[in-house]
Amino acid sequence: MLDIFKKFVRKVFRDIFLRRKELKLGFYGPPNAGKTTLANKICKDWVGKDIGVVSEIAHETREVKVIDKVEIDYEGNKLTFAIADTPGIATKIDYEEFIKAGLKKTVAKKRAKEATRGVIDAIKWIDNMDVVVVVLDATKDPYSQVNITIIGNLQARNIPVLVVANKTDLKKANIKKVQAAFPQYDVVGMSAKKGKGMDAFYEALFALVG
Amino acid sequence: MVTLQLMSYSEIEGLSSLGKIRKLLDAARDETVVLLQGRLKPEEETELIKVTMEKINKEFKGIELAVVKPGKTHETGFAKLRSNIINTVLGDRQGFTLIGPANVVKAIKKNPDRIQLMMNKAKKRR
Repeated sequence: MLDIFKKFVRKVFRDIFLRRKELKLGFYGPPNAGKTTLANKICKDWVGKDIGVVSEIAHETREVKVIDKVEIDYEGNKLTFAIADTPGIATKIDYEEFIKAGLKKTVAKKRAKEATRGVIDAIKWIDNMDVVVVVLDATKDPYSQVNITIIGNLQARNIPVLVVANKTDLKKANIKKVQAAFPQYDVVGMSAKKGKGMDAFYEALFALVG
Repeated sequence: MVTLQLMSYSEIEGLSSLGKIRKLLDAARDETVVLLQGRLKPEEETELIKVTMEKINKEFKGIELAVVKPGKTHETGFAKLRSNIINTVLGDRQGFTLIGPANVVKAIKKNPDRIQLMMNKAKKRR
């Protein structure tokens, strides 16, 4: 009965979306899962510019970045999004990890401080989102509490969610494990870096909000 | 020395969301690993992460957090609705939550039914 009620609420929300001109599409997930890489790919495809800088060192994105009026045309259906790339959500941030990654101590400390603020901002922005893509690294453990907490919050707020199992170009990637962890959601396997799986991504996104 | 504290849900049920978070974080900042009966609400979990970020400094690096839920029950219809209402009103007492300071707990590995706590090696004191 509760499920029926939830579906009804979700349908009402979707109907409201379709009448609106621009949907806020948020990219959420743990650090270094490929949120910015995927958001860049989409922005490059449809507005010809990147949204942010990509790095091997975690917490490269330390503030929420938004590009408005991204019109996506998928098989004749057009939707306009405001794309928001958010900092990776973590429960711990240690500047010494950044030093190990090659940064100088002062830079590492500054990065850690900015990263903590970034996590807070990312969480605050959840309420602004109309639809969220949760980007997970398919080579890592999907049962991490950060993943579960993010998705649990989106579910509690009735925000439509699409789960992306990213980095499928890597040998260790395991899409089935991600699907098993979140069976109630559509899981799209892709490699944002290589641009593989974009069609399946757009199809799933339009199915979710269209 | 690391302390493991077992906390029953009744210890936090009378507290506000912020009160629960403060109690759990105070324990983590005191190098205590807490095994809490039940779980926080999703909104409380994100609030816990937010407050944790605010508290991070040279000594406190954050937390490791894991929630283990019991296996799926076969409740349907009214029984399921009743459980949902009870959990919403009284709090979710099923399963358990493990919270530890990141400088003590290196990682928590979790399968749906199993949990492993990896500890950091203790630094030698001079």
